[in-house]
Amino acid sequence: MISNYLPAGVEYLRILPEMTLTVFGALLMLLEARAGAGHRRGLAYLALFAILLAMGGTIVAAASPGPAFQKMLTVDGFAAFFRMLVLGVGALAILCSGAYLAREKADSGEYYALILFSLAGQSLMVSAAELMMVFIGLEISSIATYVLAGFLRDDKRNNESAIKYFLLGSFATAFLLYGVAWIYGVTGTTYLNEIRLFLRNPVVAAPPLVVGGSAALMFVGFAFKVSAAPFQLWAPDVYQGAPAPVTAFMSAGPKAAAFAVLLRVYSTAFADVSGNWIPIIWASALFTMIIGNFAALTQQNIKRLLAYSSIAHAGYVMVAVTAHSEIGIAAAMFYLTAYAFMNVGAFAVVTHFSRQGERYVNVDDLAGLGVKHPLLAAAFGVFLLSFIGIPLTAGFFGKFYIFKAAIDSRLYWLTVFGLLNSAVAAYYYLRVLVVMYFHDPGEATETLAPPSTGIRLVLAGAAVATLILGIYPSLLLDIATPSAILAR
Amino acid sequence: MLLNAVLFAPLLGSILTLLLPQQAVRKFALVFSILVFAASLALVGPAGSGGETWVTNVPWIASPAIRYHVSLDGLSLWLVLLSTLLTPVCVLVSWSYIQHRPKEFYAFLLLLEFGVVGVFVAMDLFLFYVFWEVTLVPMYFLIGVWGHERRIYATVKFFLYTMAGSVLMLAAIIYLYHRAGTFDYPLILELIDSGRLLFNGAEQTLLFLAFFVAFAIKVPLFPLHTWLPDAHVEAPTAGSVMLASVLLKLGTYGIVRFCLPMFGNAAHEHAGWIAALAIAGIIYGALVAMVQPNMKKLVAYSSVSHLGFVVLGIFSFTQQGLDGAVYQMLNHGISTGALFMLVGMMYERRHSLEIKAYGGVANPAPWLAAVFLITTLASIGLPTLNNFVGEFLVLQGVAMTNFNWVVPAALGVVLSACYMLWLYQRAFLGEASEEVRSHVTDLNFRELAALAPLLFLMVWMGVGPQSFLPPVSAANAGILRRSQSNVEYQVKLEPIRPGPVLTKVIARD
Repeated sequence: MISNYLPAGVEYLRILPEMTLTVFGALLMLLEARAGAGHRRGLAYLALFAILLAMGGTIVAAASPGPAFQKMLTVDGFAAFFRMLVLGVGALAILCSGAYLAREKADSGEYYALILFSLAGQSLMVSAAELMMVFIGLEISSIATYVLAGFLRDDKRNNESAIKYFLLGSFATAFLLYGVAWIYGVTGTTYLNEIRLFLRNPVVAAPPLVVGGSAALMFVGFAFKVSAAPFQLWAPDVYQGAPAPVTAFMSAGPKAAAFAVLLRVYSTAFADVSGNWIPIIWASALFTMIIGNFAALTQQNIKRLLAYSSIAHAGYVMVAVTAHSEIGIAAAMFYLTAYAFMNVGAFAVVTHFSRQGERYVNVDDLAGLGVKHPLLAAAFGVFLLSFIGIPLTAGFFGKFYIFKAAIDSRLYWLTVFGLLNSAVAAYYYLRVLVVMYFHDPGEATETLAPPSTGIRLVLAGAAVATLILGIYPSLLLDIATPSAILAR
Repeated sequence: MLLNAVLFAPLLGSILTLLLPQQAVRKFALVFSILVFAASLALVGPAGSGGETWVTNVPWIASPAIRYHVSLDGLSLWLVLLSTLLTPVCVLVSWSYIQHRPKEFYAFLLLLEFGVVGVFVAMDLFLFYVFWEVTLVPMYFLIGVWGHERRIYATVKFFLYTMAGSVLMLAAIIYLYHRAGTFDYPLILELIDSGRLLFNGAEQTLLFLAFFVAFAIKVPLFPLHTWLPDAHVEAPTAGSVMLASVLLKLGTYGIVRFCLPMFGNAAHEHAGWIAALAIAGIIYGALVAMVQPNMKKLVAYSSVSHLGFVVLGIFSFTQQGLDGAVYQMLNHGISTGALFMLVGMMYERRHSLEIKAYGGVANPAPWLAAVFLITTLASIGLPTLNNFVGEFLVLQGVAMTNFNWVVPAALGVVLSACYMLWLYQRAFLGEASEEVRSHVTDLNFRELAALAPLLFLMVWMGVGPQSFLPPVSAANAGILRRSQSNVEYQVKLEPIRPGPVLTKVIARD
């Protein structure tokens, strides 16, 4: 009966966000051809509208949780949480982009369409319950992001960034695919839950070498996407070269989605062989933190500094992954959300400050921002304090929850090293604060125009969210904790 | 309720300051901080007995259970009052000195008050950590924006030192939660008292050290003191005053409040080398102060020396030693605060911190000289002035524990007389040069008004310690009992004789 192969009606409901994003993405491509030069702004509003619709779709989908499409997707609290997160990042990135694209004379519908496609991919990734689906989602998201990284075609740095990202990224996803092939060879399935059942079955002992090898190969792919050591090398160049709003998007959205997949795969499929992969992730977490923080100490370029900081923060989330517990997953979810707000906020400041051709991207250019543009500086200050992890900001509670999860899982040394790392990190964030508040205004700050409405909205929203989550973290944690139950 | 008002009023004031017009801020800050001080005076009544009063204990964050639990007891009472008193004093001191961005300055000053009062009253370990870190930010800006030439180096150093220590404390706090299931401090103590929460030797040592190092950096205990002279010299006067008088006390307060009751065994076990470092700090600080050509640096190093006394008193584990230590915290806050204010006033006149730029100041500025002399005498521990009482008690307590420690500690007192009197002699006596004569005018009314409450306290605390000590003794007795009931074995220490209660000693003397 053919009808057995067709998904039930409710299953369509469960992919409402992806459908919305794809339809509107395609619509944007069509409208782009028809829209005159003056109507580009309308396209941005349309993209924002699509994201809002997709958020609504996420809520509708979350109301009827369950599997969809031969169980290839699963809509649970975890998926809903990350769908909302990546959509939120997408909306903030679009708000940042309008003024930037107009300034670089690159305003076009493609940009927004690419963001929507990338979001659709991420949305698939976070709800995938099967490894091929993971791969497809990852590729949809990545390919759109590769193009976005090189969006300013005539800019050398953009091209470098895109090529680097593309070549290394495809290489890494090949590793992932190879890992999937191995695990399929052993278990005969690509469904996460079935892999788990197979691996825990004592009768059919899976060859540990092959299982470990496949977990390791897949780790290469994921580690690349989240920029975890030793696969973080691409991040500084790509983040520095890509357009600032795209970097804001890349370092928060796709990264969060990749972490979601990493968490889901390793806490379901490989949950019962955790003894084998935890040491590897332990080491990776430690080195990610150390490399990110120590390399950031000497950076002059603010985008590069934030890129290394992004690596370091990935290291903190890796600590939560290492904890391998529901508390750890909830902590990672909280941290990724907090990080999304502060990082997009910080890049919004960079987007606005850098001016045409990204002329002012040195830390020293920010001299005297606190005097000339107190509100802009105050918002940036909040993000920086949150990066450091000063109490009453979201970043503090993020770190706190992560290290609490780590201690609960008896990772004492990792906790001590991680916390010491965050003290080291204080130095380079403070340097930005020093320049902003303690130096006399320079040319770059004197000539700065007030930010556009979009950027203002992003800054205000991100700063308020950072502070509110720093005072009432329960608002978010109460949602994250029940969503962190993955395998049952 | 009143305690919450005293705690949150400065935060509100800080926000209001930012909204007010530029010319009204300092008046507002002064009136507002005086009102907060007046309100805090009303806290004394119920807290006078030394027990835990003014308790507010409501949930803040559900999971993990973090409570907004604040209260006041004999240990924190005077420290809170010291903080609320010094804030209006600092406003007065900055009245004409701070011309650059006054709005932000007073906002940060009030924010600092919020942070330090919070540290003293927080009874939930997590809440304590939050306030502990919150104090960093305003101080960072106070030094960084309004400081002298090398302010940026100094402020970053200050921030990183404190941060490095406090992250380990955070690890220890999380670990405590992991073991005890709560952040609530009285509850943790109860669990320890009833034997439901036991730490093995290694655990206790590591936890003790994690807390202790964070506090020792703040104190600062030799050899972790190197951030202090830089921060002090570069900070604006109000910053130095708050730093010396209140922020350093956060460290010693933390040791008394947390290290002793929770980890009594480890504290006893490590008392030997800690006392050695404290004594080293006393002597080293005094010797370095003696050769400083810069007045502010001299006072900063004298702080290292004075704080060594406090730590030594704490680790004597006697009633007298602890009472003396807490009393010395207050004394140091008052006399060193006054010294920094006076040095700042001299800087405003002569624009130099070098001692050799002065000389004969007593001639054109007799009031300035007189106040400086009284403060100097208080600082070196002249009887009938405040420091004498504290130093005497500390030495008495230390003598009961280990007489060998008394000799070098007492030497520190002698040295303090040397460097302070020598400073006074070089700066105030002799022939006044032309520059001094023309630049150094006498104290004006505002400056006298700022100094008067501190002078008054120096005398009051010197002649009438009974007004202050009973609540402190009562709180300390509890802490001491806990720290000793924790000791199941006494390997390295001789048996500790329970000393007579302090007020009786003073009455007898």
